[in-house]
Amino acid sequence: MGQEPSGDPVEEKWATMMRAALAGDEGVYRRLLEEIGRAVRPMARGAFSRARVGDADVEDVVQETLLAIHLKRQTWDGGLRLAPWVNSIARHKIIDAMRRRGVRRHEPIEDFEAVLAAPEAEDPHTRGDVERLLEQLPSRARDIVKSISLDGQSIAATAMRLAMTEVAVRVALHRALKSLAAAWRSANP
Amino acid sequence: MKTSDLIAALAADAPARSAPIGRRLALALGVGALISAALFMTTLGPRHDIAAAAHTMRFDLKFVDTLAFLLPCALLCLRLARPDAGPRAMALWLAAPLALLAGAVVMELMMVPSQLWATRLIGTNWMHCLMLIPLLSIPPLVALIVALREGAPRRPALTGALAGAAAAGVAATIYATNCTDDSPLFVASWYPLATLIAVAAGALAGRRFLRW
Repeated sequence: MGQEPSGDPVEEKWATMMRAALAGDEGVYRRLLEEIGRAVRPMARGAFSRARVGDADVEDVVQETLLAIHLKRQTWDGGLRLAPWVNSIARHKIIDAMRRRGVRRHEPIEDFEAVLAAPEAEDPHTRGDVERLLEQLPSRARDIVKSISLDGQSIAATAMRLAMTEVAVRVALHRALKSLAAAWRSANP
Repeated sequence: MKTSDLIAALAADAPARSAPIGRRLALALGVGALISAALFMTTLGPRHDIAAAAHTMRFDLKFVDTLAFLLPCALLCLRLARPDAGPRAMALWLAAPLALLAGAVVMELMMVPSQLWATRLIGTNWMHCLMLIPLLSIPPLVALIVALREGAPRRPALTGALAGAAAAGVAATIYATNCTDDSPLFVASWYPLATLIAVAAGALAGRRFLRW
């Protein structure tokens, strides 16, 4: 006896987590992004391999997808399911990435649920795209993003080091992430 | 940069929330409509006999038509701003203003003698109509495109085109208070033509500004 898909625990959990994240819970948000990353990774890998693009850049697409999910999270309708929305954003970014790599025709891209059986942990290697694109940002913005991501510093510690207010650091971080997405969109591999 | 490092930066940015896309679009449409209405009132204003005209069916029908067009266009625009939603059945609502207009045209043809058809169709304000509807569309269209940049449309040009259509719906509603050509023959000829100009502008703006 199969269960109705409407009661899918992963789905309900993600939607609940996203609601908490939208209410400002950073810890839950971080875990949600990590889970989404693990789900999107095999989806991107599958699409790349069917299109016969080398899978060396899979992690770049995962990162670009996570950035888009972050910047576009206000377009989620707040309903019971988060997964269809995640699938749409991931598919959009995967297609975009393949197009930039010269793939003109591609097979349909499977939803991550189709490959969810084997969620993949993160590729331990450092990826190139983000760091290369970071170099295009103004130095202060770059410094703030690196401080919070690579160096694992808090907003407060970053503000202290740069002699800025926390609010200014937050604003600069948000702008830097938006610029990063724009740079990614117009970048060539 | 490892993915977990990027996630740290994204999580730190979690408090930077913007309003849900629906609220943003509604606000943009409202502000754009207010600007257009203000521009209209300070330059042209409604026709002088508007109080009397409001009691005629042909005049009132213009607003039923423009609002029946504006509403589904605005709702479709919102739907397309979300990455996981297609237009689906809602696109059928676009048939409502067309059916309404077609019905009105048939009635007019039955009520008005055929030697008057051409006069009614061409009217006296067609040039006005073709210029003012696109011009009055500009404020709501710009506002909608700015708001839609926070969206995630899978079809940027189509989404922009619908923003142009919604903006034209606002503009046509405002313009209709000034225009003295109330015949459905005039409305069915020139309003859609003027709307197409705004739709084309919206599609171009969408392709240019709404990619993400």
